[in-house]
Amino acid sequence: MEWLISLSIGVLTATGIYLTLRARTFPVVMGLTLLAYAVNIFLFAMGRLTIGLPAVIDKYATSAVQYSDPLPQALVLTAIVIAFGMTAFLIVLALKARGELDNDHVDGVEDKPATSTVKQEVK
Amino acid sequence: MTLTALLNFNLPIVALLPFVGAVFAAWASKINRLASAWVAAFVTILSLAFLAPLMALPFAGETLIQSWQWIPSIGLEFAFRLDGLALLFALLILVIGLLVIIYARYYLSKKDSMGRFFSYFLMFMGSMLGVVLSENLIQLVVFWELTSLTSFLLISYWQHRQDARAGARMALVITGMGGLALLAGVLLLGHVVGSYNLTDVLASGELIQSHELYVPILILILLGVFTKSAQFPFHFWLPHAMAAPTPVSAYLHSATMVKAGIFLLARFFPVLSGSPEWAWLVGGAGLVTLLIGAYAALFQHDMKGLLAYSTISHLGLITLLFGFGTELAAVAAIFHIINHATFKASLFMVAGIIDHETGTRDMRRINGLLKYMPHTAVLAIIASSAMAGVPLLNGFLSKEMFFDQALTASHTSSWAWGIPFLVVIAAVFSVAYSLRFIHDVFFNGEPVNLPKTPHEPPRFMKIPVDLLVVICLAVGIAPMFTVAPILAVAVAGTLQTTPPEYSLAIWHGFNLPLMMSFVALVLGGLVYFYRKRLFEWHESNVAHWDARVIFNAVLGWVNALATVVTRSFDKGSLQHASVWVIATGLLAGFIGFATVSAPLLGERALLPMDAISILVVIVLILASVLTVTLHQKRLVALIMLGVVGLIVSLAFVKFSAPDLALTQLSVEVVTVVLLLLALYFLPQTTPKETSHFRVSRDIVIAVLSGVGVMLFTMAVLSRDFSPISEFFLLNSVPGGGGTNVVNVILVDFRGTDTLGEIAVLALAGLGIYAMLQGMKLPAPDHDSHGRLWNRDLHPEIMQTLTRLLLPLMTMIAIYIFLRGHNLPGGGFIAGLIAAVALIVQYLANGIAWTNDRLKFDMHWVIGLGLLIATATGLVAMGLGYPFLTTTFTYLNWPVVGKFEVASAIAFDLGVFLVVVGATVLSLVELGKLSDQSHKTQSPLKPQQENS
Repeated sequence: MEWLISLSIGVLTATGIYLTLRARTFPVVMGLTLLAYAVNIFLFAMGRLTIGLPAVIDKYATSAVQYSDPLPQALVLTAIVIAFGMTAFLIVLALKARGELDNDHVDGVEDKPATSTVKQEVK
Repeated sequence: MTLTALLNFNLPIVALLPFVGAVFAAWASKINRLASAWVAAFVTILSLAFLAPLMALPFAGETLIQSWQWIPSIGLEFAFRLDGLALLFALLILVIGLLVIIYARYYLSKKDSMGRFFSYFLMFMGSMLGVVLSENLIQLVVFWELTSLTSFLLISYWQHRQDARAGARMALVITGMGGLALLAGVLLLGHVVGSYNLTDVLASGELIQSHELYVPILILILLGVFTKSAQFPFHFWLPHAMAAPTPVSAYLHSATMVKAGIFLLARFFPVLSGSPEWAWLVGGAGLVTLLIGAYAALFQHDMKGLLAYSTISHLGLITLLFGFGTELAAVAAIFHIINHATFKASLFMVAGIIDHETGTRDMRRINGLLKYMPHTAVLAIIASSAMAGVPLLNGFLSKEMFFDQALTASHTSSWAWGIPFLVVIAAVFSVAYSLRFIHDVFFNGEPVNLPKTPHEPPRFMKIPVDLLVVICLAVGIAPMFTVAPILAVAVAGTLQTTPPEYSLAIWHGFNLPLMMSFVALVLGGLVYFYRKRLFEWHESNVAHWDARVIFNAVLGWVNALATVVTRSFDKGSLQHASVWVIATGLLAGFIGFATVSAPLLGERALLPMDAISILVVIVLILASVLTVTLHQKRLVALIMLGVVGLIVSLAFVKFSAPDLALTQLSVEVVTVVLLLLALYFLPQTTPKETSHFRVSRDIVIAVLSGVGVMLFTMAVLSRDFSPISEFFLLNSVPGGGGTNVVNVILVDFRGTDTLGEIAVLALAGLGIYAMLQGMKLPAPDHDSHGRLWNRDLHPEIMQTLTRLLLPLMTMIAIYIFLRGHNLPGGGFIAGLIAAVALIVQYLANGIAWTNDRLKFDMHWVIGLGLLIATATGLVAMGLGYPFLTTTFTYLNWPVVGKFEVASAIAFDLGVFLVVVGATVLSLVELGKLSDQSHKTQSPLKPQQENS
């Protein structure tokens, strides 16, 4: 199971980073969202994986009960909400940029072929 | 609070009151133009009133210290100190400040903003008081930097003038740089002494001087002193600061700003002086500054320019006196600080009056003003004579002491025989420029081509000058009855011991200092008489030397270097910067893997895989890869992103994190709605990438990062660890009164963190609201394929169903909220569910319809939430517990039975309200944008899609 979670985190990271490096605001916001998923699961997994043992104290348990690690969960819970706040702020910033600059490039200017250091594909 | 309790911290009040007053002064100007002047005067008098009851202490030989712990681990205390030296400076700052306020009230014209002026002025006054009253050295440096910042605001008060902006910037660069050096010096000093408190530092003179760090400490502190007090080679900023309004110059360059450096020299005199390094550095800089200032002052045509260089020269004189290093020299220095403050403040005020009444400050045009403004002329003549050192005026007395000390110093070493000669040369020039100020302005024929016909200024504008000139005379004629007590106290405070014997008599018999004074007066008169030739020689040989050119060249060079360095990393492109950041992270990770020899996997037993999990992970991978490959079709990619989010919440379900699953699920809904709303205003597709190189490079970086993160996660997950969570599990029920440990951590154990997080969320919501104000975006009425959007915005079936949904979802939210302390749930999740319930109403019924029925202003909801959460913490503090301590008790309700109530639920309510407020505010504001944009467009005309 650990391999599956690691693989998922890896895939989310890779796709998130790729989209974060794109030139348009909307894919960048989506990339950051993916990256936030990766980070949240990663933080959560630092408490190690447990199945069927939520961190809710069982008052009536007679024998010793083990629980999952509550600390990473508490951290990740707020992280999810904050990530939402950040996504919302970013996407509105992107709208603002589009409104003021009339394009949705992350640098606020459309790519100019003359200044680009790499070869341009001619369409 | 009783008066005696208030008196226990009146030193901080003296220093901080002007800062509070600054706010009121700015506010008062909105009521009445002159009200801010009244506020400023009132605040100054109030500060004096708080200082008054303490004044007896230094006179009784006591040092008052009022201190509070601040950050004890780094030696930072909030500590104030009142001894003789601090008292003298505090009185100078407040009394001369009060006179300048009265003067400025008449000086500023109708066009000038009074509120801004007096607000800056009070902030500056507070910073200066903070410097002189500080006991803790780091606190002193903080106030010191504040004086640099506030003086920058004052010098650049006339923002529309280029010379004011340039002069202010130069002053800030020079004094700010010195402030940093001072900070370094103070840190070293604290390191050597082991304490940042002046009391300890002043008692460790021998330790400091014998320490190997003595010379670095001395140089760093002197850099702060010399830049602030305009000592050579940093003297050039002061004349350029003359672009400030004259009241500012009168205040900054007589009693305060430039005297802050001198104050520091006096403050550290007992611990740092006495070494040859001190004598050479302090004495050398003082002597050179004294000569340069006196020489340059004579050749200024601008009245304020003359006074500026004369100030530099007198500061040099005081510095030189401290450089002599003897106790009697320190007496003379303190005495001259008082005298210079009085005559120079009055002279600046006179210059301002003349500027005000004639419209110019050029001494080649202002002539013969005696008959136009005789009263002002008398004041100016007396003050200038004091500056020249004419007998029966205060300047004469301290200058005599200065000559005497120069003669004493000439015996100390073989090179020092020249000092008396150089000092007399400076005095000659000082007499000459004082004479020029008198003769050129008030005599010397008729005025040339003045913009205004000069006449006497308003009565009250002259009163501050009258008072200062009376002080000059009183001190000069009867020093023992006027200045002697405060001088004695200040000297005692400076030397930290009993002051030496000295005499303040006017007549000491025919001795060498008197001869020097006489020679200076005669030669000064001759120099002025032959000034024409001297001026010609100066114009052709010296005048083109300008330190500003060097300063600008150095500044330009530093700027160019900074640009080159910055540009080599930041090409103004976010993509470029992001690649650097990620590649650096990748490299760091690679080094980490390469340098650790341990095997990748540890010993921990892994959980078995099951078929469903494998299937779910495959879906997750497919969805995330599709998000990327389809990212140019934005709507499809967004749907894929939603799938990923849902699977993430499934993962939380699987691995025993019900709270996270609930949160993730509700956040996912809100996020997708939000991104959909935003996508409406953005191009529906992303243009095809033009650079193959960039795409392949990014793929390589992304895949490498993914693999690295995967291996790293695996390396961690396959090893055992010892978490600190046992504490939370054990104390959740007995300490927090709740069985849901995650929630108890959020609202109880780590409540302060949560408070910070909801504050961030609140800020994000308000920031979104602010950004969306007044924004107009083109709202397309068709998608990228030209298909028209559905015109039926609010379908009937959806409306009916969602209205049924609202009470149900609200009930669930309340249930989830209430049970949160014991079962999965709580303020965050309940807040998100409630927010979704409300947003669905907006979506189905439209914003206008919903707003008519839902009359909450979400700003108030956010504010109320933060208020409740903070209040919970403050109540605990009020009861004597640390901030955010919670408590709980068991209640017995008739039917329900016994259950517990934790005070943390109030905190959780705050969290709930902030989450609802911020989420709904963000989404509804975005929705409103689409409503507005629709109304401004004709619905049927197809729009050009920009993509």
